[in-house]
Amino acid sequence: MTTYDPYASSRETTEGRVYSVTGNDWDSLVTEIGATKEERVVVNMGPQHPSTHGVLRLILELEGETVTEARAGIGYLHTGIEKNAEYRNWTQGVTFVTRMDYLSPVFNETAYCLGVEKLLGITQEIPERASVLRVMMMEFNRISSHMVALGTGALELGALSPMIFAFREREKVLDIFEMVSGLRMNMAYVRPGGVAQDLPDGGLKKIRETVKELRHNFKDNEKLLVGNTIWMKRTQGVGYLDLAGCTTLGITGPVLRSTGMPWDLRKSEPYCGYENYDFDVITNNDCDVYGRFLIKMNELEQSLRIIEQACDKLEKLNGAPVKVEDKKLGSPADLTVGADGMGNSKEHIAHIMTQSMEGLIHHFKLATEGFRVPAGQVYTVVESPRGELGAHLVSDGGTHPYRVHFREPSFNNLQSLSAMCEGSMIADVVAAVASIDPVMGGVDR
Amino acid sequence: MGLEEQLPAGFALTTVEKLAGYMRKGSLWPATFGLACCAIEMMAAGAGRYDLARFGMEVFRASPRQADLMIVAGRVSNKMAPVVRQIYDQMPGPKWVIAMGACASSGGMFNNYAIVQGVDHIIPVDIYLPGCPPRPEMLMDAIIKLHEQISDTKLGINREQIIREVEAAALASKPTFQIQGLLK
Amino acid sequence: MSDNQNASGSFGVHGTGDTSGYGLLVRKSAHPGSTERPYGGYFDEVADELEKAYPEFATDIERIVIDRGELTLHVKAERLAHVARVLRDTPTLRFEMCMGVNGAHYPQDKERELHCVYPLLSLTHNRRIRLEVSVPDSHPHLPSLVEIWAGNNWHERETFDMFGIIFDGHPGLTRILMPDDWIGHPQRKDYPLGGIPVEYIGAVVPPPSERRSYT
Repeated sequence: MTTYDPYASSRETTEGRVYSVTGNDWDSLVTEIGATKEERVVVNMGPQHPSTHGVLRLILELEGETVTEARAGIGYLHTGIEKNAEYRNWTQGVTFVTRMDYLSPVFNETAYCLGVEKLLGITQEIPERASVLRVMMMEFNRISSHMVALGTGALELGALSPMIFAFREREKVLDIFEMVSGLRMNMAYVRPGGVAQDLPDGGLKKIRETVKELRHNFKDNEKLLVGNTIWMKRTQGVGYLDLAGCTTLGITGPVLRSTGMPWDLRKSEPYCGYENYDFDVITNNDCDVYGRFLIKMNELEQSLRIIEQACDKLEKLNGAPVKVEDKKLGSPADLTVGADGMGNSKEHIAHIMTQSMEGLIHHFKLATEGFRVPAGQVYTVVESPRGELGAHLVSDGGTHPYRVHFREPSFNNLQSLSAMCEGSMIADVVAAVASIDPVMGGVDR
Repeated sequence: MGLEEQLPAGFALTTVEKLAGYMRKGSLWPATFGLACCAIEMMAAGAGRYDLARFGMEVFRASPRQADLMIVAGRVSNKMAPVVRQIYDQMPGPKWVIAMGACASSGGMFNNYAIVQGVDHIIPVDIYLPGCPPRPEMLMDAIIKLHEQISDTKLGINREQIIREVEAAALASKPTFQIQGLLK
Repeated sequence: MSDNQNASGSFGVHGTGDTSGYGLLVRKSAHPGSTERPYGGYFDEVADELEKAYPEFATDIERIVIDRGELTLHVKAERLAHVARVLRDTPTLRFEMCMGVNGAHYPQDKERELHCVYPLLSLTHNRRIRLEVSVPDSHPHLPSLVEIWAGNNWHERETFDMFGIIFDGHPGLTRILMPDDWIGHPQRKDYPLGGIPVEYIGAVVPPPSERRSYT
C-alpha cells in the first residue's frame, strides 16, 4: 500500500487534487482552491454523516451551492446475508432475512415465508388466524417504520420536536411487538407455515387501547408540520420525480403514489387475506417531498383502520391454530421458559417422549435438518413501507435454500437520487434523501 | 497528559484522579456512529422514554472532533472498516469506545466474508455490549459501567502500574476454549 | 419425500467404508422443461401477444415454463435486449417496470452455469412474468438493459459484483457492494463463505460452511 497520510491537507490522485479538511485550516484551504482554475468542487458527504439515512455516501459535484452531479456510493453495510442463508435451514433463514431492512423486519419475514410456502404449495393451508396475525403485525410495522421516517426526516431538516413525538409513538408499537413476539425489533415472528406463537391473554385488549392512543397522538405531529410555512417552503417543489421517471427506474411505494398513480400491492395483488380488509390507497399529485410526507402521514390512519378490522377478526377466531397442520412442516408453538432457562413446550415434550413415535421422528428431522422444499423458483412480493419488496427464492429440493435474493425497494428508490437532486441546492439533497427513506441495510443486504 | 506530570507523585494524585474522572464522565458526548439495527435502538435510547439526556448525552455530535465516546452500533463491513478507523483517529483523547450489539463485539450471526468479526480488530474497545439488538436499558447499563470505569481511571504512575498488571494477567491466562468446567 | 433420483453418492461402500452418507452427497440440479398449452390465466394471452409482436419467437424463446403460478420465459442471451424492448413497447404487453436483475450460479450445468432472472411488472394490465437467460462461465457476457429500464443500472452492477457476469453496454460497470479493489465474486458457489472458527468456553465451533452436514 502506498503511503497515505489521512491528515495531509491535500494530495494528488489520478482524478486531480483531493483536499482533506482537518480543522483550523480554512484560510489555507480557500487560498489553495482559489489558486486553481477549478470552479466545480466535488464534495463527499461521507458514510458517517448525521443527515444521510445510515451509511450512505453522497458524492456531490458543486458549483457554489448548486449541485451539478449527485452520485450515491453504497455497499458500506453489505453483510452477505444472501450467501449466509444458503448455509442454513429454510426456517433459520427467517432470522437472517429479518435483519436486511431493519426498520420493517416483519415485511422481510413475510415476503420470505410467503415464498417458501409458495414453493411448498401450502399457501391455501395457512390457518386464517395466522394470516390475520401477520396482517396485524405488518400494519403495526408500517406505523413504526413511518414514524422513524417522519421523525428522522424532520430531524435532518432541523425540526427536533417531531422526532421526539414520533419515537414516543414508536415505543407504543414496540411494546405491542414485545408483548406478541418477545422482541422489540428483528423478531423472527413470521415463520414458514404460520407465525411463531399466538397472542398472550389480554393481548387483544392492549392492542385496542394502543390503537386509540395512537390515533389521538398522531395529531401532535400533524399540528406541528402539516401546513407549517417553514416546512412547506423546505419541502414543496423539492425532489421532483414524475410517473415516467418512476416507471423507468422501477420505483414503487410512496414515491410512486406521490405521482398520482394509485399502485398498492395490497390492492392489486392481495396476499395474506388483504382483499377482506377495507382501506384506501393514499395518493397525491405533487410529485415532491411534501406530497410524499403527506402520503406517509395519511397511511398511518389507514393502517390503524386495518388493525381494528384485524382485531375484530381475531376475536372471532379465538382458539384457532396459528401454524400449518402438517406435522412435517410446522414446529410447535407456545414455548415457555423452563427451570433450566431453556424454552420448551411441556405438552410437546410429553407427547413426543411418551405418546407418539411419529411425533418424535418429526421433531428429530425438523430439529436436525429442517423440512425439504421441492425444487423450483418463485418471486413473491409484499408492499413494504418503502415500496415493493420482492423475494426471489430458488430451491434445489433440499433443506437449505439454493439462492435467496431480495428485491429491496430502497435499492431502486435510491437510484432516483441523481434525477431528483441535480440542479438543486445541497439542503434539498437532504430533503430528497429523507423523502426516499432509504434503509441501508436493505440497500446493501 | 500534562497535568499529572507536573504534580508530585503519590499523595496528590489520588484526589486529582477522582476529580478528573468525575469531570470526564459527567457529560460524555457520543459521536454519531449508528450503522444498522442497533442504531435504531440507540436513537430510541436518546428519545423520550429511555432518556440519555439524564447523563448529558442526548447531543450526538456530528463531528468526531467534538466527541469523546464512539458507540459502534451495528455491523461493520469490510468496506466501512477504514472509515471506522479514520473516525476513531479523528477523535481527540481521552476517548472511549462501546461496541454495541453482537455484530460490533464479535461479528454476531454474520460469520462470513463481508463483516469484520468484531470491531476490536480495528479499534480498542472499552465495553462490549451483547444483544441483537440490545434494549435501550442495556445500553444505559453499559454507559453506567463505562462511567464507573472512567471515574476509577488511574493517572500518571498509577496508570502505568495498572497497565503492567493487566498485561501480565492477560499473558498468563488460558485461551477461552481451554477453560474447563464452566459449561452449563 | 427424498428425491434420490436427483442425488448420487450418498449410500454404498466407497473408500474409507463410511456408509453414513454425509459429506459425499452430490445433488444434480433439475430444471423443469417446457410447459404445454393451455397455460391458464393471463399467460396464454401474454404468449400469444408476444408471438404476434416478435417474429423470431420460435427461435429465440427457448422454453416457456409455468411453475407455481408464475410464467418464466427462457430467452437466448444475445436476443435478450430485443425481446425486452418488444415486451416493454407493445401496447397489449406493456411491461413498463423491471423489478431488477437476479443472478444464480449452477456449477453443475456445464455451459449454462450463470443464470440471470428479470422479473417484469405491467402496471397497465397488472401482470407479472419473468425472463431468464443462461450464459456459460467461459464467456459470461449479456447485453445490458439499462437503455430499456434505467432502474437496472445498479442491479446489473450488483450482479457483476456478486457473480462476474459482464453486461455489454452498461454505462459504468464497477463494483457496488464490495470494496472497489476486491478480488473474486462472492455469491458464486465456488467462492468460500469466509467465516472464522468461534471460541467458546470449552469448545471451538467451526464456521457454518465447514460444519458436518446431515443432508
